[in-house]
Amino acid sequence: MSERTTRAHRRRRKRQQRLRLKEEGVWYPRGFWPAFAAPATIWMALLFVTPFYAVFAVAMGTVDPIFRNPVPVWQPWYWDTSQIVEVFGKIFGTGGQPAIFAPAFIRTFENVFAASALCLILGYPVAYFVARHSGKRKNLFRLLLIAPFWISYMMRMLAWVNILQPDGYLNMILAWLPLDFLPIANGHYGWLEGHQATVVFGIVYGYIPYMILPLFAGLDRIPQSLLEASRDLGASAPRTFFRVTLPLSKPGILAGLVIVTLPMFGDYYTNNLLSRRPTTSMIGNLIDNNVGVPSRVSEAAVLVLFLAVILIVPMSYYLRTTSRQEASD
Amino acid sequence: MSAAIAPPVGEAPAIAPTRRRRSRYFRNPWRKPLILKSITLAYLCWSILPVVVAILISFTSGRSRAIFQPPLSLRWWIHDDLSVWKNSEYRNAIFHTVRLGLSVVAITVPIGTMFALAMSRWRSRGTGAVNFFVLLAFVVPELILGLALLITFSQLFTFIGLGTRAQILGVATFQISYPVIIIRSRLISIGKQFEEAAMDLGASPVQSLRRVLLPMLYPAIFVSAVLVFADTIDEFVIVRYLSLGAGTEPLSVKVYTAARGSPVPSVNVMATIMLMTTLLVVGGGGLAYKRLAKQEKGEASAVQEFALQI
Repeated sequence: MSERTTRAHRRRRKRQQRLRLKEEGVWYPRGFWPAFAAPATIWMALLFVTPFYAVFAVAMGTVDPIFRNPVPVWQPWYWDTSQIVEVFGKIFGTGGQPAIFAPAFIRTFENVFAASALCLILGYPVAYFVARHSGKRKNLFRLLLIAPFWISYMMRMLAWVNILQPDGYLNMILAWLPLDFLPIANGHYGWLEGHQATVVFGIVYGYIPYMILPLFAGLDRIPQSLLEASRDLGASAPRTFFRVTLPLSKPGILAGLVIVTLPMFGDYYTNNLLSRRPTTSMIGNLIDNNVGVPSRVSEAAVLVLFLAVILIVPMSYYLRTTSRQEASD
Repeated sequence: MSAAIAPPVGEAPAIAPTRRRRSRYFRNPWRKPLILKSITLAYLCWSILPVVVAILISFTSGRSRAIFQPPLSLRWWIHDDLSVWKNSEYRNAIFHTVRLGLSVVAITVPIGTMFALAMSRWRSRGTGAVNFFVLLAFVVPELILGLALLITFSQLFTFIGLGTRAQILGVATFQISYPVIIIRSRLISIGKQFEEAAMDLGASPVQSLRRVLLPMLYPAIFVSAVLVFADTIDEFVIVRYLSLGAGTEPLSVKVYTAARGSPVPSVNVMATIMLMTTLLVVGGGGLAYKRLAKQEKGEASAVQEFALQI
């Protein structure tokens, strides 16, 4: 009811505004602005919406019986879910199939959970310090926080490939330190030989800048006066942090977590660079391994659909908050 | 005897002040946040130093990819037979990278600017839906978009096929959101009064757009061009899926394929070239931008502002 009245109200106001603008001589010919929107609209229809439809068409299409290459089916009424059922069986072990995809799915959730938690734990103090205590050098610190954005992900991973080589700098340092009782400090430890911990480390290193910036933005917006008020009213410093700062930085935390987890779920390159073993592969690796083989592209398409289903919640959260921000601008 | 008694006497005051000092440090509400500061500095070192090491290794004179062997040399840049310059495939990759970057900028910036204008001056359900897709293209993992585009170009748009053209179209789809987001926020902060005033004084819609609004948008357009170019250089997931053979692989893809397998530090050289190109474009762009937006105060940090928006 109330929504309807506001809508009518809004429409009336819009009409009045149009009339006012016309009086002032501000009018645009019909189709003036639509012509500006047209290129992007056509572009996104052809190169974003159509590709996603094509994924459905391949995932629910058929496979050529002789050449084994995927044959997309464009008509939804001929769609066939047998490939989806097959991949579902490979994930959950239903339909009498061994659950060969299950380990990679479980590992993906483990890695993403561990890496995003580490990003938050490591990133929060940094963002907090730069937002509250960096004083005169705030701009310098901010520049340094942004610096990793201009260094490509490839370069950052390559740096660790260099450092973690068996005869690399990390092993040199570990051998030099008096840590002989640790098995990893033997001076030629194979960090890049399929360790899940190395992969998680690489993911944290790759995505932590994306975590810190929204955290910083959220913390920077908290007015100093609120914290002073809390202290004035007798709250201790830790209490002020837990009752004022932390709740107010929640939107920043959520934004950071979403921004970080979305690419982590689609990550396969960190794994390929820092481990290259099937024992550490994630969903992204299952998809990427299938892309190279024409006969398995349809399986990759089905896996992409599964991945998209997993990511619907964080993606819609992100889109909702950004559109709300835009509306408030 | 006196020597045996003396130590306790001397010890007691030695311990007490340190204890008191420590507790006084934590009781002091104006204390310096030493712990936070050291975490932050450690983080910054951790985030930057490995890259410095990788750059240093690109100037090594030995064969090892693990350690830097002095003196500084350009062996893997130009001198060695396996260096980047002597390898025609790697050399072409540099040009291919630049070609992709420039083409994507040439496509996304005009289309994005036009759409941002339409979006902020003419709101309709249609533009809202397109804007939704633009934002979605930005957050969808590149792996998903890459596979979707690969299927599209190999099954549906076969007249385009895989290769350079497909790469440009694909990356542009992903990058179009940069100009849209930046120019829209600029349009919102400009407001409508300038074009209204211009039209009130007799300018036609096209004139008010070209003479009044567009010049005010130049800084934002410039920033988005710089960002799109820098980001396209680093892009490799979509580009790799849409490539057709080694001839259409840019530097980023070459680095990815050679990162583990390559026996020599030429990989580091390629990565360093990528980094230098990005820094050159962003740094030069930042300086030029400062000049461009000198009149408008508070606008100098738009690059930073943008990075905070992502």
